[in-house]
Amino acid sequence: MFDISNYREALSVKDAMTYLKEDPSSMVIAGGTDVLIKVREGKLAGSSLVGIHKIDDLKGICKDANGDIHIGSLVCFTQLEEDEIIKENVDYLGKAGGTMGGPQLRNIATIGGNVCNGVTSADSGSMLVCLNANLKLSSIDGERIMPISDFYMGPGKVDLRAGELLTDIIIMKEDYEGFTGKYIKFSQRRAMDIATIGCSVMLKQKGGVITDFRLGYGVAAPTPVRCPVAEAFAVGKKATEENAKAIGEKALEDVMPRDSWRGSKAFRQQLIKELARKAIEELAGLRGGQDA
Amino acid sequence: MSFKCVNQRVIRKDIVAKVTGRARYTADRTEREMLYGALVRSKVAHGYVKSIDTSKAEQLPGVIKVVTYDDLKAIKFPTCGHPHSVIVEKRDIADKTVFTNHVRHFGDEIAGVVAVDSYTARKAAELVEVEYEKLPVYLESEEALQEGAKEIHDGSKNIVKEDEYELGSDVEPIFESADYVLEEDYDISPVKHCHLENQIAYAYQDAEQRIVVVSATQIPHIVRRILSQAFELPYSKFRIIKPYVGGGFGNKQDVVVEPQVVALSLAVGGKPVLIEYSREEQMVATRTRHAVKISLKSGFNKDGEILAQKAVIVSNGGGYAAHGHAITETMAGNFMQTYMSIKNFKSEQITTYTNLPVAGAMRAYGVPQISFAVESHLDSIAGMLQLDPAALRDINMTEDDLNNEFTGVDYSIKGLKEAIERGKERISWNEKQKAYQGQIGEKRKGVGMACFTFDSGTWPYYPELAGANITMNQDGHLYMHLGAVEIGQGSDTVFCQMAAETTGVSYDNVHINSLTDTDYSPFDTGAYGTRQTYITGQAVVKAAEIIYGKILEKAANLLDVGSEKLDVADDYVIDKASKRQLMSLADLALNTYYNEESGEVITCSVSNQVKSNSINTGVCFTEVEVDITTGKVDILDIFNIHDCGTVINPDTAEGQVHGGISMGIGYALMETMLFNKDGLPLNDNLLDYKLPTTLDHPDLGADFVETYSETGPFGAKGLSEPTTVPTAPAIRNAILNATGVKVNSLPMNPQCLFENFKDAGLI
Ligand SMILES: Cc1cc2nc3c(=O)[nH]c(=O)nc-3n(C[C@H](O)[C@H](O)[C@H](O)COP(=O)(O)OP(=O)(O)OC[C@H]3O[C@@H](n4cnc5c(N)ncnc54)[C@H](O)[C@@H]3O)c2cc1C
Repeated sequence: MFDISNYREALSVKDAMTYLKEDPSSMVIAGGTDVLIKVREGKLAGSSLVGIHKIDDLKGICKDANGDIHIGSLVCFTQLEEDEIIKENVDYLGKAGGTMGGPQLRNIATIGGNVCNGVTSADSGSMLVCLNANLKLSSIDGERIMPISDFYMGPGKVDLRAGELLTDIIIMKEDYEGFTGKYIKFSQRRAMDIATIGCSVMLKQKGGVITDFRLGYGVAAPTPVRCPVAEAFAVGKKATEENAKAIGEKALEDVMPRDSWRGSKAFRQQLIKELARKAIEELAGLRGGQDA
Repeated sequence: MSFKCVNQRVIRKDIVAKVTGRARYTADRTEREMLYGALVRSKVAHGYVKSIDTSKAEQLPGVIKVVTYDDLKAIKFPTCGHPHSVIVEKRDIADKTVFTNHVRHFGDEIAGVVAVDSYTARKAAELVEVEYEKLPVYLESEEALQEGAKEIHDGSKNIVKEDEYELGSDVEPIFESADYVLEEDYDISPVKHCHLENQIAYAYQDAEQRIVVVSATQIPHIVRRILSQAFELPYSKFRIIKPYVGGGFGNKQDVVVEPQVVALSLAVGGKPVLIEYSREEQMVATRTRHAVKISLKSGFNKDGEILAQKAVIVSNGGGYAAHGHAITETMAGNFMQTYMSIKNFKSEQITTYTNLPVAGAMRAYGVPQISFAVESHLDSIAGMLQLDPAALRDINMTEDDLNNEFTGVDYSIKGLKEAIERGKERISWNEKQKAYQGQIGEKRKGVGMACFTFDSGTWPYYPELAGANITMNQDGHLYMHLGAVEIGQGSDTVFCQMAAETTGVSYDNVHINSLTDTDYSPFDTGAYGTRQTYITGQAVVKAAEIIYGKILEKAANLLDVGSEKLDVADDYVIDKASKRQLMSLADLALNTYYNEESGEVITCSVSNQVKSNSINTGVCFTEVEVDITTGKVDILDIFNIHDCGTVINPDTAEGQVHGGISMGIGYALMETMLFNKDGLPLNDNLLDYKLPTTLDHPDLGADFVETYSETGPFGAKGLSEPTTVPTAPAIRNAILNATGVKVNSLPMNPQCLFENFKDAGLI
């Protein structure tokens, strides 16, 4: 049994916005894989919930006339991984989602929930940050679009205002076209685990030279972060093993991992370096088939 | 030996019930007007309750009763599921009360709540306000043993027990004259059993005012004895029923939840009260596998002959004695068993009280810890001498037939030697072990091995008694009542195979009920100690032999031939010489029941004491790939080869091996219980406590060398617990082969390997 004081089920975006407005203390439940855990732990005991998981309008993935990709907030991670548009254009985002939990979880956990939950370990977080994803937030009073890096405010804290619903995640054409990408989740287990460090790399190269480069991490800071220093350092460099190593080391200037019982700061720094190196090597075709 | 039913892959007796979901576990059963209990648990690791306020809880609608330590007579009882001992000094330490105001670990029980549903009960338990006077918290044995440390149990000096032994000659002068001496310290983390079904039980008073307890336990008969102690009531006042059980691994060999449900039921006039632990409660308030520090010292010659070994074992027992010193004693008794040829041993061992959750039995009873030390130490020595670790073992296994001078048990390691040879071949040991030395690069491969020897049953530590009742039904089928306890390990199945093999009744016609009920089931101490196949099996065979004799006798009468001319096969009485079927058992049975002159049911009841042990042995081989840069270990191949005597059922035996290896992988690479400095748990859930998932397992291999046990039923020895023993040291030794780094702590998780590799200058 769960300690829930009230539950209302929205069948449309408008319903949801209305219910949220009517009860300012209420919160959204999508797949519930974060919410229900917190209710059981007591952190959200007695909460009032607005259920949105039956709103079909939020379950689509499409590419608009400009070539921008729109992902509905209720897209679950199984759908994301299997979707043709995603596979064709940003397969590495789908694969990042494929590292989450297990099959049952991925069938119910939504990308919107992953983002709005706001934790640094979210497996879609660092890749969405690398993709410069924009979030469409809607309420009865209007609509706004903001970059995901501004949305993340602190550990478990996002810029979601009372009455607001995340409806779409938008990835612009220039943010994916021509890139290859790789997400490496380092966790103790191969399933059902949270990342010790998650590392996202996006890269363009021409004639063996890195022409564009993006690097992001989860669990390397209070929120998923990008690495401007390492990115600037990488562009123009030859895609070699030495440079892959150097870029990984450079990333340490961008991040601030913590000591915790889940992993020491020194160990996380080691992973930050090494995972970037491995991902770059793989994208640059330097690993000769060896798993990263 | 050729067998018809034993040694065959027959289908488990409980498989249909389990696969169709119709097996009824404790939680699936119910009583009219069931009430639900929840416990008020200590939020500090050591302290006195200064005050307790139950008023808010009592006012919550749906709450029926709140019971605290103040409401119950403080009767101390032991919790450990050992058999009772007639020798007073051998009895388990009675240091637990149902509820207490002196809390010894996080989660210790202070009070209980009864309510109309579990949700309300839990909510009310949270509303009970407790103020503590905090006491110093000791998480390590060394801290608890310091001069002037506060006693966790009065008069104990925080020592459960300590002792030592010496075998052969004094080890010290031998160390001095040896070519080399190596001393290593091993630090082994506490872990959890993580059986699927958490502790659960309910109790009520029946119409005759007896107290019925339905519980997911490994030891129904022992539960009855301990309840009799805890409530100062005669044994016969209690009836214990054990339905299907969702795993135990030793954690349900302690009496934990049963006294709590009895106390709460009695507090509400004998109405049924159920308590089901949450996973979080299960993690801190049941039992753990002991955290142990072991220091090993060996003196050896340059050619690899080990001359003497010394062990110092410090076991962290947690807040209550539970199994007392027995598990540490088992470590000491196992320490030299595999390499008894070394001859000169010394062992000093101590079990301490600390403020960790209570340690107790967990699969293989201390042997995983001591084996990790012993088998790792051998590879360290091999490394020092640049010897093949398999060769070093061979050098120190000069004799096949041995006697464990600590326990007095005779045994042979011949099967083990054959298992090692087979394993070396299977993994291409000779090529790989050499080739993998001195690798460079990000990912490095290694092979490793580890051996074990293990007891079948608990003799001579404890008396071994088992019962079997068998009756032939009217249709010639057999019905068996055992006191042995099916908890998922498959014991019912192998017992039916044994009865079928002995009597000639077909396996399908031998029936057993997975439920154990102390009112009906004969006395047997239960499921633990790798004892049931070996010990209860002997009782089953004895009873089945009596049934077989009675069948022949009845048939001889009816057929008017000498019983020596008859046999039973495939549910028929046959002519021994021609194998001709003379009469079906169905006809025979019907006649015995309803014969107008000499009606009598073919039935027998056996209670059988066993005073022997049949040591089983085995080896694990593994190949791993280590990522130096991240500390991640991939297991590429892993298999055990066991000498468990005759394999009664290859399917269930392989299942045991797979499960044991799986548990060993978690022990080796992931699992550990973490606490902050105040003794509060950090990872008391299955997200943060890293139990390996399916994806973390390679294919697991199982193979058997079947040497015939002279004492076991059909030549069988035990198998269940030791399957998990050699995994962790084999993996540790494979990591050593791959990287040249000796890791002497568990778990060898990425954080640990990172630190070890850093210290070794690899990164
Ligand atoms: C067994 C298990 C394993 C897990 N493994 C992983 C893992 O490997 N990696 C990982 O990153 N996470 C993991 N998680 C966490 C969780 O599954 C993810 O964060 C998931 O994406 C959350 O989605 P949801 O739809 O279930 O969110 P919910 O629980 O429904 O909601 C999460 C939060 O987001 C808010 N929210 C949801 N949707 C919206 C919306 N459209 N608009 C506004 N607010 C919204 C909710 O109010 C809530 O605060 C795991 C969880 C479990 C239970």
